[in-house]
Amino acid sequence: MSVSEKKGFFDKPGNFRRFLTAFFAALVVLLLVDFLVSKHGHFSWEQAPEFFAAYGFVSCVVLVLAARVLRRLVKRPEDYYGR
Amino acid sequence: MGGSIPPALILMGAAALLPLFSRRVKPVVCLAAPLICLLVIYATPPGAHWSLSFLDYQLVLGQVDRLSKLFGYIFSLIAFLAMLFAWRVEDDLERCSALVYAGSALGVTFAGDFFSLYIFWEVMAVASTFLILARRTPAARRAAARYLLVHLFGGLFLLAGILMRLAASGKLAVEQVGLDGGAANWLIFIGIAVNAAIPPLHPWLKDAYPKATATGAVFLSAFTTKSAVYLMARTFAGAEALIWLGAFMTFFPIFYAVLENDVRGVLSYSLINQVGFMMCGVGIGTPLALNGAVSHAFAHILYKALLFMSAGAVMYRTGKTLCTDLGGLYKYMPLTAAFCMIGAASISAFPLFSGFVSKSMIVSAAGAGGMVVVWLMLQFASAGVFHHAGIKVPFFMFFGHDSGLRPKEAPLPMLLAMGGAAFLCIFIGVYPQPLYQLLPYPVEYVPYTGAHVIGQLQLLMFGALAFCLLMLSGIYPAEQRAINLDFDWFYRMGGRAFYRLCDAGLNGLNRVSERALAQGVSRALGGYCQAAPARLALVLMRPLWALQGLGVPERERREQFLNAAMEAGGFPVGWAAAVALIMLILLFVL
Repeated sequence: MSVSEKKGFFDKPGNFRRFLTAFFAALVVLLLVDFLVSKHGHFSWEQAPEFFAAYGFVSCVVLVLAARVLRRLVKRPEDYYGR
Repeated sequence: MGGSIPPALILMGAAALLPLFSRRVKPVVCLAAPLICLLVIYATPPGAHWSLSFLDYQLVLGQVDRLSKLFGYIFSLIAFLAMLFAWRVEDDLERCSALVYAGSALGVTFAGDFFSLYIFWEVMAVASTFLILARRTPAARRAAARYLLVHLFGGLFLLAGILMRLAASGKLAVEQVGLDGGAANWLIFIGIAVNAAIPPLHPWLKDAYPKATATGAVFLSAFTTKSAVYLMARTFAGAEALIWLGAFMTFFPIFYAVLENDVRGVLSYSLINQVGFMMCGVGIGTPLALNGAVSHAFAHILYKALLFMSAGAVMYRTGKTLCTDLGGLYKYMPLTAAFCMIGAASISAFPLFSGFVSKSMIVSAAGAGGMVVVWLMLQFASAGVFHHAGIKVPFFMFFGHDSGLRPKEAPLPMLLAMGGAAFLCIFIGVYPQPLYQLLPYPVEYVPYTGAHVIGQLQLLMFGALAFCLLMLSGIYPAEQRAINLDFDWFYRMGGRAFYRLCDAGLNGLNRVSERALAQGVSRALGGYCQAAPARLALVLMRPLWALQGLGVPERERREQFLNAAMEAGGFPVGWAAAVALIMLILLFVL
């Protein structure tokens, strides 16, 4: 069996777009379903609509932006410790 | 089970006998030994077993209760799966040290007294070092040396704590210690904290694991940190310091993981992050939190091993582990990619995967305790772990850009091991009851409620959205061939500074001493001694010459002649014979 130059799922035209569409559709569904479930939680803000969506998104943006700052502080060449 | 052998000794015995078996039988022995352990642990009732007297102390090799049994099961299970993964490794060094390593982890788990625990603890440190050394590269050798030093350093803290505790209270049993008992307890705590990779004692993990062999890292990911989690749960449950240390531990490695280029480095940082959840649970100390910590350790060992296996399989086929070198492999290693994504979904705590039913207990316990900041940190870390371990690891290995690599699918034993681990990840996620029944406390927690499932899915999927948008907009920090400084800078550069200090200080002292003694004093002494016979002779001859009434020029000529003759040893034979004769007469007379 030849293993060279296989066609993968994302090589087929349109598949990447389809994947993204499904992803965004899932996000919208999650935002809508949020209003249907009965909330329980230890803190009041857990009951707020779409709290977890907002927290997840903001967390990851903050994470990446902070990591960019961190990189400036700690990045060194690969042979930094090497001899 | 009076007649059976302690699980630790089963694995260590297998390691001792392994070289005697033929090449084809060796992997079978390696698989059979953990299975026998599993059976022995299953069949052993709760209580103290395998005790023996040592000096005035009673050592217990089998303290069996629900907590130690659970860890015994998962350690045996993961030893089996990792051995299956390593089926094709034809390296006795690696196989034997892996068996001893797994055995010593079981020894720590079932030790009922701190003496035998300490022995197994140190064996664990040494055996695991060989899994790094077995890579046989200079970088691995240096990393292994640092790894061993750090763990021996931690072991000394543990030993000092054990001895001080024994001297103060006479207690040797492995039981609740707590942080309120003074220095001895803190020393034990620090000793365990080194193995648990609690910051700032964590950098050995990121330093060493990525440099281990493809199969060695699978073993490493399971035992050292999780036996420390077990021991923390047994000795420091409810220690408040652990809540904050654990929360910080979930928090800071994810920033590094975003920047890290080595796939196994990313996994190392996410390992620290996950152990942070467990530490936090141990620190909270309620039955719910401890159940969470223990079950999360169980689930974590499986999915983390699965992730290290997928990275190891890629490394086995391509020889590469850097994100910058990998990408697009899903076409060539589709099963490995699928297993990797199951591991990624489990570590991210997607509903229906194992992390979901275990981690949520810890977060819920923090909520029940009204710990606002800790709860927010844990949720932040939950989103972050999906971001780096859940998306980044599969994305950069199997998707992303086409790296041009065209490897074959992983070999069958590796696929079977990954398949087994993946099956268990999903099984626990879908049907958590069997795991819940093994936990130390009765479980009332219900993971699958509408609000929890939707909340968790939102947290993860909108984190994924952030990843997509940041990736597409180019804000996401690109993978770079670089390293990122961590706390190990202090001992690596500190060690170098110490070396320089010693070089300047001690070698300087050496140089000064050498100049003073070797070149100064001894040369002067040597010169003096060399000149001594001539001077002695002159002292004798000068009065004689004066009595003979010789003139100054003649005396100077004779002095020069004498000096030259002494220096060259060129005396006329008669002179030498005369001196010898005089000496003999003197000896005889005196």
